[in-house]
Amino acid sequence: MLINHPLLGLRDSSEFIYMGDAKLMNRPSWRSKNIKSKFIEYGYFRKNPAGIHKELWYHEQGDRSWLVVTRNTVTHEILKVELARNLKRKVNAK
Amino acid sequence: MKYSGFKVLWEGLSGNKGWKPLWRNPSPKKSYDIIIVGGGGHGLATAYYLSNKFNITNIAVVEKGWLGSGNIGKNTTIIRSNYLLPQNQPFYEFSLKLWENLEQELNYNSMVSQRGVLNIFHSDSQRDAFVRRGNAMLMSGADASLLGVDELKKLVPFLDFQNSRFPIKGGLWQQRGGTVRHDAVAWGYAKKADSRGVDIIENCEVTNFLVKNGRCFGVETTKGIIKSKKIGVCVAGSSSEVMGKIGINLPIESHVLQAFVSEGLKPLIPGVITFGAGHFYVSQSNKGGLVFGGDIDGYNSYAQRGNLPVIEDVCEGGVALMPMIGRARLLRAWGGIMDMSMDGSPIIDKTEIKNLYFNGGWCYGGFKATPASGFCYAHLLATGKPHKDAKDFLFNRFEKGRLIDEKGQGNQPNLH
Ligand SMILES: Cc1cc2nc3c(=O)[nH]c(=O)nc-3n(C[C@H](O)[C@H](O)[C@H](O)COP(=O)(O)OP(=O)(O)OC[C@H]3O[C@@H](n4cnc5c(N)ncnc54)[C@H](O)[C@@H]3O)c2cc1C
Repeated sequence: MLINHPLLGLRDSSEFIYMGDAKLMNRPSWRSKNIKSKFIEYGYFRKNPAGIHKELWYHEQGDRSWLVVTRNTVTHEILKVELARNLKRKVNAK
Repeated sequence: MKYSGFKVLWEGLSGNKGWKPLWRNPSPKKSYDIIIVGGGGHGLATAYYLSNKFNITNIAVVEKGWLGSGNIGKNTTIIRSNYLLPQNQPFYEFSLKLWENLEQELNYNSMVSQRGVLNIFHSDSQRDAFVRRGNAMLMSGADASLLGVDELKKLVPFLDFQNSRFPIKGGLWQQRGGTVRHDAVAWGYAKKADSRGVDIIENCEVTNFLVKNGRCFGVETTKGIIKSKKIGVCVAGSSSEVMGKIGINLPIESHVLQAFVSEGLKPLIPGVITFGAGHFYVSQSNKGGLVFGGDIDGYNSYAQRGNLPVIEDVCEGGVALMPMIGRARLLRAWGGIMDMSMDGSPIIDKTEIKNLYFNGGWCYGGFKATPASGFCYAHLLATGKPHKDAKDFLFNRFEKGRLIDEKGQGNQPNLH
């Protein structure tokens, strides 16, 4: 699989470390209600769809950026690649 | 149909006209006492133990494809009971004991071959860890012995003992481990379950569950609605997809694991050998091909095929351990979808929906577990209580913090 890195262009997926479901970017606040069940959900449970999946890839053997890759888990087709920090900034700005 | 030496002789003399299909091809009835969703090894074993040990025979096994089309027909066939943790090891030893009698019990040759499993170690600290593991095995009633370099040189002289980066210091040996002809396991269980009246319904996909007031009472399938008092899901790599149909989220990710077979070679590799410094395990099939594998590809996948980097990595591991295979040609490679749980251990449990049960999260070690998984799941379905050797394989271990983390690496879905 080739990942079209927003800054570096096409890179081989073996340069990256896969970190799974991009929901990991949304760590629950320690102050929120039902904190226990939220953290159990965050730590252990995954949607794991057959189809479109948003996931985190860390460019360890490259520029060490975190990417959010939208990929089809049935075909391995990569549909979109974004810098995780840009997405997070957008969420925080809201 | 009963197999025997006499039967083989008789059929040989009478033109082989008396062999019959091993199971019927029934249409689904309106209702059953128990429906097993998924006709892989675990589903069929469950149906066999329910019908033959727990005397429940009004059962259907509903399988999306043909029997044996899942991981039961795709794995690298290794069986062993060399686990460390007390929640795991007695279960796998129970499984190995069931393997030892399986062929007589099923009257079916599944080529159970206890040719031994050898885990190589390369450093002093790894040796300590293997001694500890060996002791845990002995305490569960399994067999284990520690082999030094001299013994290894006699048993497997072709290893690269002098490898300057990963010199070989010894190995943990389990003689009772070995290999089994994987799809014959599915066929044997199917044959014996069928002979007790279990309906095995192939090419029938479960598309939804019938649930009312928090109780499950049947399934919707591509062959219509089938009702049942209890429903046991057992679909391995499709676990999240199937349970997702009624909104149950699982601590599981689906990943692809590849397996490889070389061209046929003369008898060469005595048992199963695993590399301790990379991920590579190998055995030799009765046809002569080297059967080997390594790590999962490492990203969520339902594609049933992997990518090149892992093929390279596995082959590099193989050549580092036994340089002699460097010129053997790779004939075939394929991938299967694994239900990777967040602590590397399985789940055999009730669900939050009444009468709906779940068996999954086997990662890439579920083949060896087939008999015990079937037995323990049958126990749960028949009695409502977990079997004593599977009592820790519960959903609530994640919230209780009682993970069964064999590798001690914390929650991540790439363990086994
Ligand atoms: C390459 C590879 C190598 C492996 N090597 C080993 C090994 O050496 N040792 C070991 O112990 N384990 C090994 N494993 C793991 C082992 O094969 C699996 O853990 C085990 O087979 C899973 O259980 P099963 O046999 O019931 O799965 P499967 O055979 O996959 O059964 C699940 C069944 O459910 C069916 N299904 C799915 N969805 C539906 C639906 N909606 N309705 C009806 N049916 C459905 C599928 O068609 C499938 O037949 C390996 C796996 C792979 C892929």
